[in-house]
Amino acid sequence: MDIIIADHLTKNFDDLVAVNDIAFRVREGECFGFLGPNGAGKTTTMRMIQCVSPLTSGKLVVAGLGVEKDERRIKYLLGVSPQETNLDPDLTVRENLIIYSRYFDISREEAERRADELLVFFQLEAKRDTGIDKLSGGMKRRLLLARALINSPKILILDEPTVGLDPQARHLIWEQLKRLKSQGSTIILTTHYMEEAERLCDRLVIMDNGKILAEGSPKELILKGVGENVVEAKNDPAAISCLRGNPKVQNFEVLGETILISTSEPQQVIGSLLQTCGVTAASVRKATLEDVFLKLTGRTLRE
Amino acid sequence: MKGAWLFRVPKVGRRTWKVWRRDGKTFMKTYRSNFIPPLIEPILYLVAFGVGLGLFVSPIGGVSYIKFLAPALIAISMMNAAFFECTFGSFVRMYYQKTFDAIIATPLNIDEVIMGELLWGATKSTIYTTIVLGVVAAFGLVTSAFAILVIPFSFLAGLLFGGLGMIFTALSPKIDTLSYPTSLYITPMMLISGTFFPISALPLLIQQFSYALLPLIHVVDITRALTLGDFDANLLFSLAWIIAGTVLVVIVSINMMRRRLIV
Repeated sequence: MDIIIADHLTKNFDDLVAVNDIAFRVREGECFGFLGPNGAGKTTTMRMIQCVSPLTSGKLVVAGLGVEKDERRIKYLLGVSPQETNLDPDLTVRENLIIYSRYFDISREEAERRADELLVFFQLEAKRDTGIDKLSGGMKRRLLLARALINSPKILILDEPTVGLDPQARHLIWEQLKRLKSQGSTIILTTHYMEEAERLCDRLVIMDNGKILAEGSPKELILKGVGENVVEAKNDPAAISCLRGNPKVQNFEVLGETILISTSEPQQVIGSLLQTCGVTAASVRKATLEDVFLKLTGRTLRE
Repeated sequence: MKGAWLFRVPKVGRRTWKVWRRDGKTFMKTYRSNFIPPLIEPILYLVAFGVGLGLFVSPIGGVSYIKFLAPALIAISMMNAAFFECTFGSFVRMYYQKTFDAIIATPLNIDEVIMGELLWGATKSTIYTTIVLGVVAAFGLVTSAFAILVIPFSFLAGLLFGGLGMIFTALSPKIDTLSYPTSLYITPMMLISGTFFPISALPLLIQQFSYALLPLIHVVDITRALTLGDFDANLLFSLAWIIAGTVLVVIVSINMMRRRLIV
């Protein structure tokens, strides 16, 4: 069943088109990712799903409810972890969860029980009475996730859940998210960490300039977008003209000192590079989502 | 019609009290520093102006200067408590702490968040007023049992000043720019609202201006009448002005905040 359905979804800010006539469907119980550079329209899309940003046009249905008419009922079903920390600095860790639970009409006893459970789940029990300003970045992120789960949401919306974290903290969060998914939660995730998307998402879309450029599982996207492997060789003009004449090479890109060749037949490509193109060293690696991403969205820096 | 959005009726339900409770909870966490200023400030004013300056000032309308001044101090604290809570306090929660963003991700809407802030501003006004009234009474400056009505009245006045403050919060690009309404609006109003001297000392034009546009003068007149037990028919006009003004600024400020935050 599709738990989120978007059709012709559009959002304008004055003269900027932030989300430009997109369509997507999220299935119940899957982890669905939005990938894209800064300004691609990911967060705007999230905010429309959350019913905090009105649509300019199009249709958006969450759990069978229209975002324009049923915002209150939809919001009961959502748990949101925003990109920017908005924990309440006037309150302690545990109070943040308890006060937040009130907004969902959760009774005091139930709230305390859930808060304590979540503090254990996210390894924050030792910090329960600590002020927010004394937490590390990783702890704040975990508390944001705990807060997003306080109402046992049907759909979890995570906007850059591991931004700015060290590898340990990131891996801990990934593990917890996998556990949540195995318990049946639907997770919607925005990220620009490719590894995160590859590990967590069942399906994802790549967005840029308000448009969806590609959609599929991470594997499909890699295979369709660049092929299985990437061969890297040192950049020199002779090698490039030699590659141009090789029918086996359909797709290559020059990036500074390196030539990147995407292919499903790496042995043959390396063989011809070494034998006929005068290249002395070349290596092969698995193609990643990052290759697809950069191919689709270009290498220009985004502000 | 252009500008009609300002007067849209806000969608506010019972949930607005959850925001009020959140603000109340954080206020109580730092209650010591919150209760000391309203306790100390009126004592300083009463001693410096009432006792000191009062020696050189003849009675006003049959009451001593300190008795004339005391209800104005109560009215000023009603104004300051709510105005500063709904300007600097709300601005910090809106802009720096992103508290409003966090709350509107739950079943509450922005109208309820802002209404909760206004109700909290009014409550803070009532808390401070109660303390200042106690100080004034301890100085023996309350001569009417009607003075007890100052407490519920301060909630209404707090809603009015809170709403005014919230309008400035909605307009202010940065926290620094909130000092404009403070020094260009609140301070002058505090001086020409029959607070430290009777309004009749000023030219008629200024008197008319004050009664037409400045909420504080109405609040001062009512507070003074209640503490001294001296009523006249003009007070009904003042009360009507305050009620109408409160309804207007509450609605307008909620709509202005909605326009600022919901994009």
